[in-house]
Amino acid sequence: MRTVAVVGASLAGLSAARSLRKQGYDGRLVVIGDELHRPYDRPPLSKEFLAGTLGEADLSLETDDEDLRAEWLLGARAAGLDRTERAVRLADGREVRADGIVIATGAAARTLPGSEGLAGVHTLRTLDDARALRDELARGGRLVVIGGGFIGAEVASTAYALGLDVTVVEAAPTPLAGPLGARMGDIVSALHVDHGVRLLCGVGVKGLSGERRVDAVLLEDGRSIPGDIVVVGVGARPCVEWLEGSGVELDNGVKCGADGRTSLAGVVAVGDCASWYDPRAGAHRRVEHWTGARERPDAAIATLLAGGAVEPGVPRPPYFWSDQYGVKIQFAGHAAAADSVTIEAGAADDRDVLAVYRRAGVPVAVLGMNQPRLFTRWRKQLAAAGS
Amino acid sequence: MMIPACRLADLPRGEAHRLDTDPPVSVFHTDDGELFAIDDTCTHQDASLADGWLEGCEVECPLHASKFDLRTGAVDSPPAKLPVRTHEVVVEDGVIHVRVSADAPNLPPCVAARLAGGSA
Ligand SMILES: Cc1cc2nc3c(=O)[nH]c(=O)nc-3n(C[C@H](O)[C@H](O)[C@H](O)COP(=O)(O)OP(=O)(O)OC[C@H]3O[C@@H](n4cnc5c(N)ncnc54)[C@H](O)[C@@H]3O)c2cc1C
Ligand code: FES
Repeated sequence: MRTVAVVGASLAGLSAARSLRKQGYDGRLVVIGDELHRPYDRPPLSKEFLAGTLGEADLSLETDDEDLRAEWLLGARAAGLDRTERAVRLADGREVRADGIVIATGAAARTLPGSEGLAGVHTLRTLDDARALRDELARGGRLVVIGGGFIGAEVASTAYALGLDVTVVEAAPTPLAGPLGARMGDIVSALHVDHGVRLLCGVGVKGLSGERRVDAVLLEDGRSIPGDIVVVGVGARPCVEWLEGSGVELDNGVKCGADGRTSLAGVVAVGDCASWYDPRAGAHRRVEHWTGARERPDAAIATLLAGGAVEPGVPRPPYFWSDQYGVKIQFAGHAAAADSVTIEAGAADDRDVLAVYRRAGVPVAVLGMNQPRLFTRWRKQLAAAGS
Repeated sequence: MMIPACRLADLPRGEAHRLDTDPPVSVFHTDDGELFAIDDTCTHQDASLADGWLEGCEVECPLHASKFDLRTGAVDSPPAKLPVRTHEVVVEDGVIHVRVSADAPNLPPCVAARLAGGSA
């Protein structure tokens, strides 16, 4: 293999580039990213960076003395993949020919139709988004967060700490019920109410009102929630449009095997854009978490370099963390598979629980709130159980 | 400075013991029976490495999974970027002692600021 192109210059792309060099790849390495920034860390964008306690320099994912001997094509958007020429086509007309291709284009924030061009309305995915939102939050006022998922909850928590008046609107009856199940979703989202942040559940958003600038969020039940700033936190969609017609099979992201291989030889996918086969779940899963984007590239690169001739190991169960209102939330595994949840330590009222999810008595997931030590033990046990 | 940590018999393999020094130091007893001491606080944020995932000669931070080499203190990948200090371990009469390094610790910004501010 003489040239490898990594498309997407964020956590998964950088991790793939690092894995390539670590695993002995010595050829040409081209990293293509549509943002102008060098790889930076996203989790602080809704937390310390938004709060103003961490600066842009601290977000960098690279170390000062690091040299991956890569060509960085930044501000360059991939627009197509040509399987016969084995080339990545860029939006500006350039082409990068490569015999190995790593797809790491991540995900983009979903927007609210009809909110385009209305000042005061934000999504949060990129550094540029975070800069704009940080500047607005600094002026204070009333914030309405649409969506009670992790990003929405973290923004609400950070804005609350900055002294804003915050309301969270969630269409589902319980926030976080998807990832955590209804009971634990209830306990975690009670953090909002503990801090005097209003949480309106089970009601959809009909639209926004305002002339040039947003002034309220209109709900489907007829209510109107006044707001000077609105954050739309309604999830993300995988950035894979550029692969349409390329022969890379897509199904809620790039469909790939347990080793990251896609339907095209010499092409692997990693990070938030990839829907990996999870042998524990017996299904494809697109997991939008930091740790997967950081760790999975090791396996995908081994596959790429070996031409697919390596047996994939069983990956660790998906893991993510979130920080809300000073509480460290950690989760590993798949809640959807569970038929029971028990609190094994701590107390729901104190928001310091360690909860174990089981299916037919076998642990399948674990949730911790301010329980890093016990959580780690359970996470280890979960990993051991599945391998 | 030599600080007594705990009895060797009280620290099973695969476990860690945290010392209440300032900054805290932890002693790890690996599955292979080796003993190592490093600064307990992750260099990324305020996490206790004694709460982490010990495997071989590495401990993985309990929060964001950067791995530190117990022998050298080196970190493998982000989000942490700086190594932790390592300390000498001496076992005398069945008691583990730590000789704390004279180097400056690499504390995460949030903890360093708190220590500089003088409040715990
Ligand atoms: C605000 C925020 C907070 C988060 N907090 C947490 C947390 O606390 N815990 C946790 O586990 N996870 C968290 N996450 C999730 C975590 O950041 C992601 O899982 C991780 O960033 C995924 O990395 P990635 O490289 O796959 O994708 P991304 O980080 O999305 O990077 C993909 C890159 O590819 C670029 N790209 C897209 N299309 C193209 C194209 N056609 N051509 C060229 N480049 C392209 C994008 O611009 C982007 O730079 C958070 C995410 C956000 C946004
Ligand atoms: S606190 Fe250790 S890696 Fe983040």
